Parts: sequence; C-alpha cells; structure tokens
Amino acid sequence: MSMELSILLSMIIPAVGAVLIALTGKIPNVRETVTLFTAVALFLNVLSLLGPVLDGATPEITLIEMVPGLSIAFKVEPLGMMFSLIASGLWILNSIYSIGYMRGNKEKHQTRFYICFAVAIAATLGLAYSANLLTLFIFYEVLTFSTYPLVSHKGDENAVKGARTYLGILVTTSVGFLFFAIAWTFSATGTLDFVNGGILGGKVEGPLMGLLLMLFIYGIGKAAVMPVHRWLPAAMVAPTPVSALLHAVAVVKSGVFSVVKVIVYTFGIDNLVASGSAGWLVWVSGFTIIAASMVALRQDNLKRRLAYSTISQLSYVVLAAAILTPISAVGAALHIAAHAFGKITLFFAAGSIYTAAHKTEVSQLNGIGWKMPITMTAFAIGALSMIGLPPTAGFISKWYIIQGAMSSENFLALGVIVLSTLLNAGYFLPIIYAAFFKKEKAAKHGHDGHHDHHHGDHGEAPLPIVIAISSTALLTILMFFFPDIALELAQKMIGGAQ
Amino acid sequence: MSAHLPILQILIPLMAAPFCVVLRHRDIAWFISLVVSLLCFAVSIMLLDRVLVEGVISYYMGDWPAPWGIEFRIDVVNAYILLIVSAIGAIVSLYGRHSVNKEIPKGQVYLFYTAFLLCLTGLLGMAATGDAFNLFVFLEISSLSTYAMISLGKDRRALTAAYQYLIMGTLGATFYVIGLGLLYMMTGTLNIVDLHDKLVQLDDSIRTLKAALAFLTVGLSLKLALFPLHLWLPNAYTYAPSTVTAFLAATATKVAVYVMLRVFFSIFGIDMFEEIGLGDVIMVLAIVGMFTASTVAIFQNNLKRMLAYSSVAQIGYIMLGVSFLNATGLSAGLVHLLNHAIMKSTCFLALGCVMYRMGTVRLSELGGVGKTMPWTMGAFVIGGLSLIGVPLTVGFISKWQLISAAFQADLMPVAFLILLSSLLAVVYIWRVVEVAYFRTPTHHAGFKEAPLSMLIPLWIMAGASIYFGIDTDMSLGVAQIAADMLIGGTP
Repeated sequence: MSMELSILLSMIIPAVGAVLIALTGKIPNVRETVTLFTAVALFLNVLSLLGPVLDGATPEITLIEMVPGLSIAFKVEPLGMMFSLIASGLWILNSIYSIGYMRGNKEKHQTRFYICFAVAIAATLGLAYSANLLTLFIFYEVLTFSTYPLVSHKGDENAVKGARTYLGILVTTSVGFLFFAIAWTFSATGTLDFVNGGILGGKVEGPLMGLLLMLFIYGIGKAAVMPVHRWLPAAMVAPTPVSALLHAVAVVKSGVFSVVKVIVYTFGIDNLVASGSAGWLVWVSGFTIIAASMVALRQDNLKRRLAYSTISQLSYVVLAAAILTPISAVGAALHIAAHAFGKITLFFAAGSIYTAAHKTEVSQLNGIGWKMPITMTAFAIGALSMIGLPPTAGFISKWYIIQGAMSSENFLALGVIVLSTLLNAGYFLPIIYAAFFKKEKAAKHGHDGHHDHHHGDHGEAPLPIVIAISSTALLTILMFFFPDIALELAQKMIGGAQ
Repeated sequence: MSAHLPILQILIPLMAAPFCVVLRHRDIAWFISLVVSLLCFAVSIMLLDRVLVEGVISYYMGDWPAPWGIEFRIDVVNAYILLIVSAIGAIVSLYGRHSVNKEIPKGQVYLFYTAFLLCLTGLLGMAATGDAFNLFVFLEISSLSTYAMISLGKDRRALTAAYQYLIMGTLGATFYVIGLGLLYMMTGTLNIVDLHDKLVQLDDSIRTLKAALAFLTVGLSLKLALFPLHLWLPNAYTYAPSTVTAFLAATATKVAVYVMLRVFFSIFGIDMFEEIGLGDVIMVLAIVGMFTASTVAIFQNNLKRMLAYSSVAQIGYIMLGVSFLNATGLSAGLVHLLNHAIMKSTCFLALGCVMYRMGTVRLSELGGVGKTMPWTMGAFVIGGLSLIGVPLTVGFISKWQLISAAFQADLMPVAFLILLSSLLAVVYIWRVVEVAYFRTPTHHAGFKEAPLSMLIPLWIMAGASIYFGIDTDMSLGVAQIAADMLIGGTP
C-alpha cells in the first residue's frame, strides 16, 4: 500500500465509518462494532506510516489546486505523525469507553453521537497531515462544526447555550483572526506551505511580525490562550467521552499543534529569535498557565476543574514553543503526547464516577477510592502526570521544557513552571487524598438525600469503562519508561527545522 | 448562421414570447420557455467559446455600420454575463414548472412564461448591445416584465412590492437616460466605443461629465440595489413567486452591475474614473451595505427576506471589488457575479422546494425540516456555506480574491472588515441550520421531499457551487481575462 494512499485513507476510513454508522444506527450492537472496527482500522493505517516517517520520509500528496498557490495538500511530517498516532490510538480506547458510558447513562441520539465523533476524528487526521495553512484551516473548521452537535448533545437549554458559546468563540476567532492572518501571510509570501525554517523570514517588517503572530495565536482559539479560553469550560456540558477525547485531546491538541506548526514552519524559530517578536507570547502563555490553575483551584465541579487544568496545560505547549529553543520545542511536542494520555485518563475517571455514582462535584468524592479503586488509581496516575512527577509521562515533557528555559536563560518561563507545578499539586492532590483517606460523609438528609440513597451502594463502573481507563493510565506510565518513539519524532521535527 | 449568434440570443426569446400568449396553455408555455432558454444557453456557450478564441465580435444590426446603426458587441466581459444569465434562465425553467403551477393562479401561468421570456430578452439584450441607448430600451423591457412577474405572487403584498419596484426602477431608468443625454449632448454619439473615444478628447467640460456620471451611477445603483438604494429589493424578493425570486436574484442585479462596469470602465475609462474619485464613495457604501444588510438579515424570520438582505450584502462585496480599481479587485467582483448567482439561486431554489411542500418559509415553522426534506436542506446548506465563504465552495474563491485585492491595494483594515462581515453570514446561516436540524419537527407528518423535477435543477446548482469552488479555470480564469480587458480601457 502506497504511503499516499495511507494518507488519504486516514480521512476516508473514519468518513466511511461515519456513513456506515448512520446506516446501521438502528442496531446498536452492529453500530458499535462498526465504530470499533473503524477505529482499529484507522490506527493500523496510521501506524503503517510510522516506519517510513521514522526513516526520514515525508510522504505528501496534493489533492486539489484551486488557484495557483492555493491547494488542498497533505504531508506527513514528524509532529503530525505523532499527533495522528495519539488521536487515532486513543479513539479506540475512547470508543470502548463511550460504549460503556453512553449505554450506562442511557443517552439519547447515540447514532448522531458516533457519526459526529467519526467525522471529528477524520477532521483531526486531516489537520494533522495538512501541508499548508489553508488545508489546516479547512479541517480546523470542520472539526469545530462537527463537534457542535456533540457539545449540545443533551439538547436542553444549558447544553445549547454552552454549545453556542463554544461555536461562537471558535468561529469568530478563526474567521476573524486566523483566516485574516492566513490571507496576510499569502499576500506577503505568495505561499502557504509548511516549510522547514518558515516562510515569513524577511517578508514582514518589524512590529508587524509580532502583530501577525498575535493574529495567529488568538486566531487559533482551540489553543485556549487567555482570554480566548471561555469556550473550553463551556464545552464541558458535553457527555464525558466528548470531553475526554475531543476537549482534552483532539480539539485542543489541534489548537496547540497548529500553534507549534505555525511557529516552527510558518514563522521559523530562527526568524522569531532574530526579530524578537515572540517575547510577549511567553508572558501571555505564562499568565494563562498561572491564572487557569488558580481558577481550577476554586472549581468544585470536577469536569470544570479538569477543563481549567487543560487550559493551563495547553499553554505549557504554547510557552514551550514560545521559548524558541530547539529543546523546548521538543518539550512542546512531547507535552502534546504526555498531556493527552494523562488528561484523557482524568476525564475517563470523571465520567466513570458519574456513571457509577452520579457524582459530579469534587466535594462529593470522599472515600470513593475504596469503592472504585481502579478508577481512582487511574485518576491518581493522571494527576501525577499533570503535576509532572515520575514515573509518568508528564515528567518527561516538563523536563525538556525546563531544559529549554534554562538553556535560553528564560527565568520568567522557569518561574512559571515551578509555580504552576505547585498549583497543579494544590488542586489534584486533595482529590486523591479525599478519595482514599477521608471517610464518606453519611448520606445527607437534605434535598439530595434521596439521590444518594439510590447510588450509595455503587461499585466500579461498567467493564468497557474500566478497560479504557486502565489502558490510558498504563499508557501514561509506559510513556515515562519508553519515550523513544515520541522523542524521536519530536527531535526529527526540530532536526528538520534547523 | 454562426455570424448571427449575437442577435439570435435576443431574437429567440423575443419571438417565442407572443406564442405563449397566443396559445394560452400553461404546459405548452412552460415547454416553449424551457426550449428557448436552453437554446439561449447553447448560444451563449458558443459565443463565449468564439470570443475566447477569436476576440471581440461586432455585429451590425441591419448592416448599418456603427456608430450610426446599433452595434452588438460581444467581448469576454459580456459573453461571460450572457452565459450567467442564460444558464440561470435554463435552470429556472427546468425547475419552475411545479413551483409556478402551485404559486401562480392557473389562468395566469401562461402570462408568467411570457413575462419570463421577455425578461430574458431584456437582460440578454442589455448584456449584448454595444449601444448605450439601445441598452436603455432593453432595460425597460426587462424591468416592465419583472414588475409583472413580481406582481404574480400569491401574497397580496406582492402588488405593493411590484409597485414599489416600479417606482424605484423607473427612477433609476430615468436617471440613466438623463446621464446618457448629457453625454450625448457633449459627444453626439451613443455607441459605447465611440462615446469613449470622444470623451477622452474632451477636457474642458469636466463638470458636465461629472454630472453625467453621477446620474448614471445613481440610476444604475438603484437597479443593482447598492446600499442605501436597495429598499425595493427585500419586498420584491420576498413576495414574488419563488421561481421569480431565484431568477431575479441571480440575474437582474448582476446585469445592472455589468452595465455599471461598462459605464465606469468602457465609457469613462479607468483614468477618468479615478480622476473623478467615485471609487472611494462606492467603497464606503459597499462596506456599510455589507454590514447593515447582513445584520438586518440576522433578524429576519421569513427566509426569503433574509436571503434578500443577504443579496444586498453580497452586492456590497461585488461593488467593493470594483471599487479597489485594480485588476484583482475587479476580477473578484466579476467572479462574484457568477458565484453569487450560483449560490443565491441554490438557496432560493431550495426555499422554493420548501415553499412547495410546506407552504411557508418562515423560520419559526420550519423546525426539523432538515429531516423531512434532507436533499432540499442539504442543498440549502451548501448554498449557505458558499454565502459564508467556506473553502471548497464558490464563496471562498470570491472572498479570497477580494481579500487579496484589499491587501494589494494596501487596505488591510478593509480585508479585516470583509472577514468580519462573513461572521454575520455565519450567524444568519447557522440560525437556519439549528432550526432545520437540531429542533424537533413541529408538524412533519405528511410532509415529504420535493419532487425530483425540482431537486435535479437544485442540485445542479448546488453541485456548481462546489465544482466552481474547486476548478476555477472557467470562473475566475475568465473573470481575470475580463477584468484585464476592462482595466486595459479598450472596450
């Protein structure tokens, strides 16, 4: 099978999957089998590209050229390879999890859910492989719109309101800023291709370069750099599998992935260092890290706390890229992977708790660790990874980011990382402590006593959920011990950039 | 035969129209207009092909040589316009039968087809002629038949809408003649090429020239509904029968834009036009129109009215492209003539299908229509995406070209404004999507998809909105040639 075909199949497989899901929607068991098969087929297909890419190949294909210089084209470079591996691999686990979650909670519109999910994955893969800014933009928007029905899934007023915020912010920023920046780039350089070393060097003058970078950063709303972050907490009204794979991995990572790509392949690291137009980005992302962590500290709703933690972790990637050293760029790439594994585990845990115990608030979790040992152990592993402690993936990426900050003597970044590590510990450790070492409160006799009564004797979540959550927790640890592939891909990206 | 192509284009519908009246049978009338519009389409394809290969075709009516006789002069610019008008005419005839039978009283259907053929004659004539006064004659033919077609609408407000348009349209035509009269006073000629040659030689009567240009511009702005002279348009589009709306939205304003381009670039020429400095005025009006009309569109419950306001905004895009006074901008305006014709007719044809089945196009009554009429609404969404300017649709090509032109003219804020106004389009299209797809059906029992004879033309247009978003040789490619020609000054 040729590599070009594999590239196209990466989008075709989930798209065809979506059609098949629609056709088999009446028979849930068949429908879920289709989802799982599609996910596995996609992962194997993506995996077939890994070998060649590790050997230094960058397979590419131009699909359509609309106007000279404007085309829909794909090119698999190391960072995109890594992103597509993560997204497609986790889709398998997330599908298993979804089955447990959607059935366990008797959600409606399950067929639409699986269709939109498959489309969103197709868009993510297209974005990961895009060879130029236009292609990236197209899939970015497809991803936004295909996830709207997932966010508004419940259909009640609250869900629709959240989904509108979600759509409103993402579309406004992307059309208003990102597209404008793309058009500007094109008019300045005559190309939109991702090229090693960037295309903008010498093409845009002085302060305008900083302005253009700003348009890109805030145009890519999915990276959730403050103040363009409000859509992410709003998206938490979605069912948890959506929050887990899309709003901890696919969608948000598409954002930071785009940011890294723009910095490395459109601006070029050397160009940004020379023109000094990225200094503000360290401040902005540093601020986002700290501020989001502070907000997370005060959230009692578990999913919202995780959402703010995501905002803060996303800015780690932006910060790492903004430090503008090769080694911190490696850290940025690694953090995309590390955070993906850790955060999906945490969301899985949140959904697991909701499914088994119908609890959504942090303050309700006392003693839950003994009732749901697997879930809460996994949660603990994910939390450690967020804080950046060994033996978890988060340690590796944070290490590289710190190295980068040291090598460029960027003490601001260093301080942010240290402070935020403490804050991370501050909002994750109490949950773990409460879950295992505090006694469950006696059933309240207040207004929700009735509620507790029904779910007081819950055990572990359904089997599919347990399988999924253990796998992602395991991945979080495995990446600490075997970071080779991710590391190699990350270094290849930088090797190419210099 | 092929030497007479330019006049055949006009003669065929003109001669066919009386037959419809004489035969007085609605199905025969429909069949005649279908055959005629297909013939016109074929002729316009041949014309464009010949013009692209051989260059300008000049045809003397009755063999009286220009500038004394009436000249039909076909170059790339108007061959392109002829193609747009006749293609839309053909699609609309193909589509119209069921819709017209349903929306127009039985006894008047044959009159509708008569008016339709006359309107086609007028529009094609305006595009084909090389004589500025002859153009006025065709303008009147098309306008009068348009008033009649609008007044055939079922809603009684169609009558007032037609009347409103009649007043405004007549004002516009009168202004055009006054402007033309001033030019005739100074040059003694009415042939467009000849006018240009004589005007360049005049240098001391710039004030009269300005007055002439002002009259011509205001008159034509009324016809093409440039903000703030658009007030007739929303009512006319809303209350006219669906088929008429689709046809008018895609052709009438486009031909008026074409005439304006002729006046600006062929009669006056870009140098003189720049000197008078009307470009900036048009730019401001276009931008204000883009925002105002799109904003108003967001608050409409009647979808036809919403699209009507969207048309006013889209005309703003076209005129904005023209106002940059560079080749890229002009080609953006020209390509948007075609692209907007495609996308707007897609939307209006889809609404025609909805009207046919549901009897209403009020958004509040269309909950869940995406499920009962999936093909219709699918096409509507494609048209809507084009209106927004999503990549892979025609709208993107226009918008990209327009933004490039803004950058080329060093007007970065304008580029930003273009994008901001697209966001408004996102809002008004998304409202429809939300109601159509995410709201539970209000009264879906008994409603089904539109008949195939309406869906096929609808999807031809929807397909075209995607096709020309991907392969731009025939759209943008031709528009660029045409733009170079207009800017080059040689009409």
